[in-house]
Amino acid sequence: MAENSFDIAVVGGGPGGYVAAIRASQLGFKTCVVEREHLGGICLNWGCIPTKALLHTAQINHLLHSLDQFGFKADNVSFDVAKVVKHSRDTANKLSQGVTHLLKKNKVTVIDGHANLAGQGKLAVEKDGKHVQDVQAKHIILAPGARARQLPHVEADGESVWTYKDAMVPKQMPKKILVIGSGAIGMEFASFYHDMGVDVTVAEVVDRILPAEDREISDFARKTFEKKGIKIHTEANVEKVDKGKNGATATIRTKDGKTQQLAVDKVVLSVGIVANTENLGLDGTKVQVEKSHIKTDQWMRTGEPGVYAIGDATGAPWLAHKASHEGVICVEKIAGLNDAHPLDYKKIPACTYCSPQVASVGLSEQAAKDAGHKVKVGRFPYRGNGKALAMGEDNGMVKTVFDETTGELLGAHLIGAEVTELIQGYSIAQTLETTETDLMHTVFPHPTLSEMMHESVLDAYGRAIHF
Amino acid sequence: MPVNILMPALSPTMTEGNLAKWHVKPGDTVSSGDIVAEIETDKATMEVEAVDEGTVGKLLVEEGTEGVPVNQAIAILLEEGESAADLDKTPAPPAGDGADGGGAQPAAESGGGGSAGGASGAGGSSAPQSAASAPGTHASLENAPPAPPAPKDASGKRVFASPLARRMAKQAGIDLAGLNGSGPHGRIVRSDVEQAIERGTPAQQPAAQPAGQPQAQPQQPAAQKQPAPAQGVDAKASAEQLGMAYEEVPLNNMRKTIAKRLSESKQTVPHFYLSVDIEMDEVFRVRKELNDRAQARGEDYKLSVNDFIIRACALALKTVPQANAAYNGSSALFFEHADVSVAVAIEGGLITPVIKKAETKGLATISKEMKDLAKRARDGKLKPEEYQGGTFSLSNLGMFGITNFQAIINPPQACILAVGKSEQRPVVKDDALSVATMMSCTLSVDHRVVDGAIGANFLSELRKLLEDPMSMLL
Repeated sequence: MAENSFDIAVVGGGPGGYVAAIRASQLGFKTCVVEREHLGGICLNWGCIPTKALLHTAQINHLLHSLDQFGFKADNVSFDVAKVVKHSRDTANKLSQGVTHLLKKNKVTVIDGHANLAGQGKLAVEKDGKHVQDVQAKHIILAPGARARQLPHVEADGESVWTYKDAMVPKQMPKKILVIGSGAIGMEFASFYHDMGVDVTVAEVVDRILPAEDREISDFARKTFEKKGIKIHTEANVEKVDKGKNGATATIRTKDGKTQQLAVDKVVLSVGIVANTENLGLDGTKVQVEKSHIKTDQWMRTGEPGVYAIGDATGAPWLAHKASHEGVICVEKIAGLNDAHPLDYKKIPACTYCSPQVASVGLSEQAAKDAGHKVKVGRFPYRGNGKALAMGEDNGMVKTVFDETTGELLGAHLIGAEVTELIQGYSIAQTLETTETDLMHTVFPHPTLSEMMHESVLDAYGRAIHF
Repeated sequence: MPVNILMPALSPTMTEGNLAKWHVKPGDTVSSGDIVAEIETDKATMEVEAVDEGTVGKLLVEEGTEGVPVNQAIAILLEEGESAADLDKTPAPPAGDGADGGGAQPAAESGGGGSAGGASGAGGSSAPQSAASAPGTHASLENAPPAPPAPKDASGKRVFASPLARRMAKQAGIDLAGLNGSGPHGRIVRSDVEQAIERGTPAQQPAAQPAGQPQAQPQQPAAQKQPAPAQGVDAKASAEQLGMAYEEVPLNNMRKTIAKRLSESKQTVPHFYLSVDIEMDEVFRVRKELNDRAQARGEDYKLSVNDFIIRACALALKTVPQANAAYNGSSALFFEHADVSVAVAIEGGLITPVIKKAETKGLATISKEMKDLAKRARDGKLKPEEYQGGTFSLSNLGMFGITNFQAIINPPQACILAVGKSEQRPVVKDDALSVATMMSCTLSVDHRVVDGAIGANFLSELRKLLEDPMSMLL
């Protein structure tokens, strides 16, 4: 096989692309990844990982201001923004190097540049606008990812209007910010800046924050954030943003139809993402793009033979672990493995790392009812759990939704400390198709937060012990 | 140390049996090989022989107890020098293999009516037996917590299914053992059960399903339940309601097996039927000749018409091996030998002893074997291996004057031949009316493995052989 000829070529080195490449190489395919910027993609470099580093520092700040509760005393607590950001960037860089090493170890060829489809089984790679090489591949997997969506009337400039990327590397702490959009990204930045002492306002178009979550969790989160001091406007439209010298003034039309002016240092745009489907050479191929996403079948095949697509470019949920799984499924199907199974999109957990954390998997109570299920719902509050009280974290809830007839665990919705680490227990339960009986028979260790997962299931059947 | 006598597994598929009769009582001395009890299984009554010698210390299961799990202790045997005082040293019975809840029954002492727990008969699978123990033996029996039995397939292997799939199958009345799993390592998952419900529901009552009517809800495909008492009208409730006089007789194991196997067959196996009329004058002539000859020589056989049909079936199956088949889910099995199951009516039901490798046996051998099998079938003395594992079935109701009928396939076999009475009928031969001895046969065929042309081929071969019986003497 010629040097530039591969069994599988992956376009994009994010969590979908590099995982697909490693799996492909494990299965004996000669594999390459073409990446134009950073291995690890947005997730590692400008998404999941650096924001987690920031949110952890915010949590430390919050803790340092609650020391009295635990019997400590410290005066003149302060932080250095540059160092906080440095911790975040160092973490991202370390992991990106880790991916480079993993690809090397797995004998995946990494090609630096931007790839375009250039005829059947062929990619043209450019660097700085110049064609540098062609790559031949029997199978081409597109994993181009996505980028922040812009609002037509509010343009991010990196100065007074920020995207997530700008918000991740502040040179100094703003005093007052407006976050537009209350999805996972919006609420994580709202939470970070608030816990770092910033005056935060959130504007959301629909009638609740974290609109992808169960309504009860949305309401619980809103109450908690408002109690902490974050101002939230739902059913609110930001009609315009006037950029000034030292900040911006936003005009917000609120629910009651009135408009109000809000002067802030920074506006953070977090109104969703758009897939990077441009400049891939899709024109003239049978690859179909619908509503800015690449259409695939359950094995990630596009309309063009030999061309596949995975990750954010194929649609919601825009999550790294969804992209990775799609990558593995795509490659295993190409290899013809017998136990390749299509991804069940109802069983993908989602985590938001604001404070309190939010995590969920499966159907919300309403979605379950809309799907025709008669449901049994269980709830257990953090204030009934010993470990939570010991941690000083008594605000939160574990909610479970079961099908009344079959006992199938339809969904789980959690809010509170460390729920992002708890949710996978319910993911396993769903994947193994357990019923309430198996969960009731499972021994949860004491004292842990996980006991609430047990109690919530018991509560759905009127059997909760500790509440 | 006292020794437990356990409920034996008399066939590979046996999970429980009824204790029909005790041949010993406490205090009796037994030696190895003595018959201690009779056990009724789904098809036959078998004798249990003592393996060790000693004195019967205690009977743990009362005569007449139904549904005693395999490997449950049924009696305690004292060895030489031991007395009743040693009874509490009895070793714990080994935990049964799944269907067994563990404990022994204090039946001998329970007095009066039915014993508790395990006496619940075939329904026992959902009620693991309590580890009730006879007074004085509890110390050694307490280690057997009841565990829900894992479902098993016909060969006794564990069926792997997710908890959700198990519950959905139970609610829909679907037997998990009949499903193929699409999950990891062949595990049965929710979607497999959903597909089975989808497949099964409309197939159950196609005739009763008016066009345009919505399909029955998945919650109600009771017709798949095995056995299926609840489809449509409950006989007892309706009899009560209408004030009809009746006598209620509990089903014996054979009846239950017939109900279960044949409901399953008729509901899940796509049957089609092929009929043929065969001229039997030659068979009668040759039969008379051979029997006269045997008598003159003092030989001890007397051929029946059925013996000719058995041999003809076996030879036809060798010529058309595609009909000697079984459906196996993702594959079809074609058997090397023609093992012909012959239906024998016995008291309380019917049983199908098998003439193994019938294509290799002559008419005299078949005849003798059949006579012996039929007699022992009627006496309930068949061994499981004598009525299990045929590849083709034959059911002859000619002796009852039936001219023709259609039989239900005996799974997993693919074909069953229903044979009517041989009688003189007017036939047209060479443009003239004449009289011939005719026999009507109907072959029921599982269309999943055997197609119409193959079935027709088989019948054509069968007819050739019977109309020229000398050809099968070779």
